[in-house]
Amino acid sequence: MNIRREGVWAWAPFVVLIVLATIYIAPFLVQVVNSFRPDADVVREPLSLGIGTWTAAAYERLFTRSDFPLWTMNSFIVTLSVTLGRVFFVSLAGYALARIPFRGRGLVYALFIAIMAVPGVVLLIPKFLVINQLGMYDSYSGMIIPLLADAAGVFIMKNFFESIPVAVEEQARIDGAGVFRIFWSIVLPMSLPAVMTIVILSFQGSWNELSHFIVSTQSTELTTLTRGVAQLASGQLSQGSQFPIKLAAALLMTVPVALVFFIFQKRIMNVGAGAVKE
Amino acid sequence: MIAMRPRGSIHGNRALAGWLFVAPAAIIVGLFVLVPVLMAAWVSVSDWSGIGPPFAEGVNFVGAENYAELLGGTGLATRDLGTALRNNLFYVLLVVPLQTAIALGLAILVNRRVMRARGFFRTAFYFPSVTSSVAIVVLWLFLFSATGPVNKVLSWIWIDGPNWFQDPRGIFHIVLGAFGITGQDNPLAAANFLGISGWEWVAGPSVAMSAFILMAVFTTSGTFMLLFIAALQQINAEVEEAAMTDGANAWQRFWYVTLPMLKPIVFTVVTLGLIGTWQVFDQIYVGTQGGPAKTTLTPAYLSFSAAFNNHDWPRGAAIAFILFAIIVVLTVLQRLWIGRTEVGR
Repeated sequence: MNIRREGVWAWAPFVVLIVLATIYIAPFLVQVVNSFRPDADVVREPLSLGIGTWTAAAYERLFTRSDFPLWTMNSFIVTLSVTLGRVFFVSLAGYALARIPFRGRGLVYALFIAIMAVPGVVLLIPKFLVINQLGMYDSYSGMIIPLLADAAGVFIMKNFFESIPVAVEEQARIDGAGVFRIFWSIVLPMSLPAVMTIVILSFQGSWNELSHFIVSTQSTELTTLTRGVAQLASGQLSQGSQFPIKLAAALLMTVPVALVFFIFQKRIMNVGAGAVKE
Repeated sequence: MIAMRPRGSIHGNRALAGWLFVAPAAIIVGLFVLVPVLMAAWVSVSDWSGIGPPFAEGVNFVGAENYAELLGGTGLATRDLGTALRNNLFYVLLVVPLQTAIALGLAILVNRRVMRARGFFRTAFYFPSVTSSVAIVVLWLFLFSATGPVNKVLSWIWIDGPNWFQDPRGIFHIVLGAFGITGQDNPLAAANFLGISGWEWVAGPSVAMSAFILMAVFTTSGTFMLLFIAALQQINAEVEEAAMTDGANAWQRFWYVTLPMLKPIVFTVVTLGLIGTWQVFDQIYVGTQGGPAKTTLTPAYLSFSAAFNNHDWPRGAAIAFILFAIIVVLTVLQRLWIGRTEVGR
């Protein structure tokens, strides 16, 4: 009797997990299936998994008769620029704060701490004011430059650099290498795990960014996927529910972050602390 | 490049390098976080009309007028802020405990030592956190549409689902209504705070907001699950085994051994949750723009729409600072609380 109960209890958590996992995955499956069905079918029978007509009309329309390709290009331009720039600037600053003694270091450090505490949505209006004053409104520079550094990234890099033994650098310094040389060709290559963390967080962060682009741009040529699909969602396409095309757009915009996620999954799993999304 | 050769002034060169290294990051965050906050602080106490630079002549200091209008008035501005605060309060009160409990539950389930396919489950639960809020809202608008999948599933168990995103009824009002309690002749209806009657304050989240609450739990529980898993793995297996040999059952082990050791991480998750849930913006912008009947209006969206849609910049900035104050107070309280428990140990 006792053994039998133990057996049941051993399986119970597994069953619960399977049920929960189904709940978490099902919405995405429903999304994929319905993006390949005709509009009217989707409204009439949203859960017929694969029964009935299949059509790629939504995708065809997105690629041939909408600005979707343009949005995608803009998202890539911004995301790649931000990711490259951020890795460089954030690791430079992190290295200085970790290793180079200079006057005012404490002050700069305090500035970064204070800035981490400022909630993002509070900045919507003021960021627009500054971007506008600097003449960067509605331009790539206004979209990219403000995202090129973030305080949290500086911290991740600083903490990692502090874990590298100083002795490694001492030898190079004795050999006459300059500060930048030591940073670039010795310390940075040793910091690949931290660099990858920044790459993942920057890519995911800037690809999924919406509010910053709302306040820094207005023209259609500069629309990113987030802004474009948001417009689509609020029903700019007239007549009908347009669910298949909306679902298809939302699905496609998820593919690049999903790829980055699956490729670097192991690493993401270990840096969850920095990846909190709200 | 910098300090190519150690000369006499090696320390001077290194100091210069230090400054050059932090300069780009410091200038960017200074220019796009620090300066904007100061600028908005000024705008929130000015009568700037949005035309010309805010520091130009002709823009006047009006003191706390914009704040007074929002917090002490009886007009639309106060009512909107009151509504937004109420909506967001219920959102916070439901999302934070739910996401914390579910994340902890998932972490414990996934972290079991005898688990198979651990990686698969972690991926399944974390995946929603990776996708953009825009994509998730689009999906949610479909799932919770009048004839959508959620209502379809509900119809299998003979429940006639609501038209979620069009339904402004507060869920507490619905429950109270079932017991015959309504706003009519209700003593709460006479009370008033921030332009909202007491009866309206206890409305609970609207049906539309409830859909957003479920969405928040769906997208953030995976992230917090990872934090809990990391913490669980720190807990020494020996401690658990010791408790097991002492005859503690699974529930006792969890309640008296594991949970107390998880206290610091629970605090972290609750803090991050509180800070995050007061910043609801993307979802509202994409999904409902505050509707139906303003029941999904949040302070963050109200601030944005006051400034960018109604061009009332001082009011928008003032709302942003009120929100800022709420978040700062919560963070400080949390710090004090943690400090106290650590001293007490």
